[in-house]
Amino acid sequence: MTYLYLFWSFLKIGMFGFGGGYAMLSLIQHEVVDKYGWLTPKQFTDLVAVSQMTPGPIGINSATYVGYSVTGNVWGAALATFAVCLPSFAMILAISYFFVRLKRNKFFYGMLAGMRPLSVGLMAAAALVLANGENFIDWKSVAIFAGCFVLLWKFRLHPISALCLAGLAGIVLY
Amino acid sequence: MSSFHLFFIFVKIGMFTIGGGFPVIPLIEREIVDRGMLDRNDFMDLFVISQSLPGVFAVNIAVFVGYRLKGFKGGFLCALATILPAFIVMLVIAAFFAQYRENPWAVKVFNGLRPAVVALIAVPCITAAKALGLRWRQLALPMLATLLIWLAGVSPVWIVLAGLAMQMCIVTHRLGSAKRSEK
Repeated sequence: MTYLYLFWSFLKIGMFGFGGGYAMLSLIQHEVVDKYGWLTPKQFTDLVAVSQMTPGPIGINSATYVGYSVTGNVWGAALATFAVCLPSFAMILAISYFFVRLKRNKFFYGMLAGMRPLSVGLMAAAALVLANGENFIDWKSVAIFAGCFVLLWKFRLHPISALCLAGLAGIVLY
Repeated sequence: MSSFHLFFIFVKIGMFTIGGGFPVIPLIEREIVDRGMLDRNDFMDLFVISQSLPGVFAVNIAVFVGYRLKGFKGGFLCALATILPAFIVMLVIAAFFAQYRENPWAVKVFNGLRPAVVALIAVPCITAAKALGLRWRQLALPMLATLLIWLAGVSPVWIVLAGLAMQMCIVTHRLGSAKRSEK
């Protein structure tokens, strides 16, 4: 049964994950933490941090990690990873097949372009859901958040550099 | 180009998707477009579509390019190659990470990382809102979606489905009135 839930869950993530990695996070969080409880909110945040510092898109990283942690074997990881890619694969083969016609299809592209503002809402939801009491344990957490925010926003620091600094700050402060 | 070579190129691309999928663009340009295997305009089209489609961006573009170059087999091969590095690295982390979670140094590091993750998501969210040139009025519906997910615990699946249904009506209406004004 676990395998079935895992497959279904990541199939949904692959199918409805609009707007790129960060926008997808709210969906992954909903399925993996809220619905099935495969990860605790804390473990989920840790997974996002680790995903950002290792190769691979976050959708793939989380599928492999959750698939393995839930089932304890490689097949679970492979199944979840396969499931998250399957909708892309099917959709793109269909689009490539009809590409010549679809290229001029105003309806199809108008609809997809209209989804972009929504991805901002999805990203905001992911950030707010993670801004919880488990990730912000005291004023030092708030200070680290504010520091990273300013460095990323004003100084356009690379996400990996920001995470390295935050990790160092963790060692110094805690 | 042999299938093996193509596979190798996309393994390399998969390794460079650190911190978001967009670093793959210059890589594909250099390895595929600059070698004349794919027309630059075609590639830009594929890029735009990959970005708007649901799913993992790097996989989307890999399947598109692979299919263009070598049909169904190419699409499958390139997708597999793109996810392979991430898959292996995450397996190793999933297998060993649990043992080190309680390590006092790891606890310190992750206490520092967790609030940083929130900043990591918040900044691109604001950047995206600015890049799209969204006004307050246009932000009303995305903000409603945010509140429904954050406070009411609504599944983002329903939000996305509602968004698609709404877009379908808007685009149908817009194309309809464009046709009428042509007449």
